[in-house]
Amino acid sequence: MDNENNILEVRNLQVNFKTYAGDVKAIRNVSFDLRKGETLAIVGESGSGKSVTTRTIMGLNASNADIASGSIMYKGQDLLKKSEKEMEGIRGQDIAEIFQDPMTSLDPTMKIGRQIAEPLMVHKGMKKDKAWAQALEMMKLVGITDAESRINDYPHQFSGGMRQRIVIAIALINYPEVLIADEPTTALDVTIQAQILNLMKELQDKISTSIIFITHDLGVVAGMADRVAVMYAGKIVEYGTVDEIFYNPKHPYTWGLLSSMPTLDSSGDELPSIPGTPPDLLDPPTGDAFAARNAYALKIDTEQEPPFFKVSDTHYAATWLLHPDAPKVTPPAQIVERQEKYAKMQQALAQAQQTTGPVEEEEEQQ
Amino acid sequence: MAKYLAKRIFYLILTLFIVITVTFFLMKLLPGTPLTNQAKLSQSQIALIYKQYGLDKPEWQQYLIYLAGAVKGDFGTSFQFSDQPVSYLLSSRIGPSLQIGLQAMVVGVVLGILIGAIGAMRQNTWVDTTTTVVSILGISIPSFVLAVLLQYYLGLKAQLFPIAEWGGFIYTVLPTLALGATPLAESARFVRTEMVDVLSSDYIELAKAKGLSRMGVIYHHALRNSLIPLITIVGPLAVNIMTGSMVVENIFSIPGIGEQFVKSVLTNDYPTIMDLTIIYSFMLCVVLLFTDILYGIADPRIRLTGKAN
Repeated sequence: MDNENNILEVRNLQVNFKTYAGDVKAIRNVSFDLRKGETLAIVGESGSGKSVTTRTIMGLNASNADIASGSIMYKGQDLLKKSEKEMEGIRGQDIAEIFQDPMTSLDPTMKIGRQIAEPLMVHKGMKKDKAWAQALEMMKLVGITDAESRINDYPHQFSGGMRQRIVIAIALINYPEVLIADEPTTALDVTIQAQILNLMKELQDKISTSIIFITHDLGVVAGMADRVAVMYAGKIVEYGTVDEIFYNPKHPYTWGLLSSMPTLDSSGDELPSIPGTPPDLLDPPTGDAFAARNAYALKIDTEQEPPFFKVSDTHYAATWLLHPDAPKVTPPAQIVERQEKYAKMQQALAQAQQTTGPVEEEEEQQ
Repeated sequence: MAKYLAKRIFYLILTLFIVITVTFFLMKLLPGTPLTNQAKLSQSQIALIYKQYGLDKPEWQQYLIYLAGAVKGDFGTSFQFSDQPVSYLLSSRIGPSLQIGLQAMVVGVVLGILIGAIGAMRQNTWVDTTTTVVSILGISIPSFVLAVLLQYYLGLKAQLFPIAEWGGFIYTVLPTLALGATPLAESARFVRTEMVDVLSSDYIELAKAKGLSRMGVIYHHALRNSLIPLITIVGPLAVNIMTGSMVVENIFSIPGIGEQFVKSVLTNDYPTIMDLTIIYSFMLCVVLLFTDILYGIADPRIRLTGKAN
């Protein structure tokens, strides 16, 4: 699938962390593509390997990280084979990152103008005046009011939401091809979250960048992403378009995630949750890592790892339940509802497509 | 800023007043008398000398007389060096002490920053272990032990530096090293801890994500943020150097105020003790004021004026 449209191709990535207790297998054979101009959401709970994946792309892993195998192709070149010096040239220029906590990710003793201008000075060798002028433009673009006077302020003089706008400005100042957003709204309160997400979508159109959006919040994904990859215990277990993942999920883990998300229709006192805890990646279980927490687990789940089964051209899931010989199971009620909704949507869409022609003609006649 | 300074200067004067009061009465508790040959003097002779120096009056009167003089800038005359005003005696001696003290401070802190930063950058390697051992040694070896060792090895054996006395810059090297060891060790330890913390912070990660080189990250982001807290220990380090100087100046026979202080205490030279205490307190107060102002300049989060605009 070495597609022209892919800006980034991650193949068979395996990352281990060397610890005194042994090797922690944080990323276990992860492959995905990032298409030009799309937003790919990587969803999973804490410790599922989302952040390690992005850190590996950025070349910013901790010193005890060991990239056991895999390749990360960017513009025909493998980022994993680049020297530290070459990666310095790529970071902040071709690939930029927005961090999780705006309260701690800005240098407290440096004026924000300088912090935003820094990537320009580093990568384009720009002189201070010119870089600051561009920083000012970028501050206006990300919606910092009164930018002219605030460019000389320090981070502590800004609110959390404003700081995240500054972090975004830093990431976007060089118009990167790939933007990695590592839970960019987790540390913000809900009203600010929506503002920041809207800003990111708006800016994505303006500067045509591709976004890898890391989050554990499925609610955020729905409005942001084109495609979704669900990660569990260092593996991608299901990926597809946002509609496919939300309305026609196939993997029991995705069912669990979606059921534990409150919706407008949810009733009752208690929100369902996934029982148990993720497996210890020092010694990952054989077979499907989710089997122990999976109410739908089959015997084979504990023996053999499931391969990806194709659901549609864009939708794949790694669960034995999709095997032709697997027994038919009924997903949780909430998921069934979703699937029905999806089926109706598809029908409506098909009908709409059939009827679009005549409708337009009618309009023209009037 | 002006208001802040005025407030601080008021506190400085208040501090000095308290120091004078406490020292004056504590000093009177010192065993012995200012007289060198007390045994050979008759009772009337002693009374005469006491009367001449005003020591016959009750202590609270002596205190008030001293205070009245001090306000006018008259700190009395030294008992040891007859009829020499204390202020004159000390003004000729403060130069060497200041020189050695400042040299020790600058050399110690600058080298300490360097060693601490290198230790932090090479965390958990043999380099880091070495710098840690150096700073532990520096903190645990008292300056007078180090002084003697330096005299023996660098002075006597290697003949690199003069062992003692006061002549030119070359004479200041060994005392500077002896006094500078503790500031060096303390600041190395401090900078290492701070920098390890800073290097693992999110804004350093962001700086790396911007594409800055390793040295760029250290120079532009890590260093400033790890050095700011160092300002807080400059005060305690100054105290360390001042107390250390009393012994070290004696070992190297440096004609400074530290050496004079010890002599004055041994001979119950009350006016000199008082004046030296005031000088030391004043220097410490100035250092503390200076570091507070510096902190405000270095760290935008605690600017004295509050808002920047």
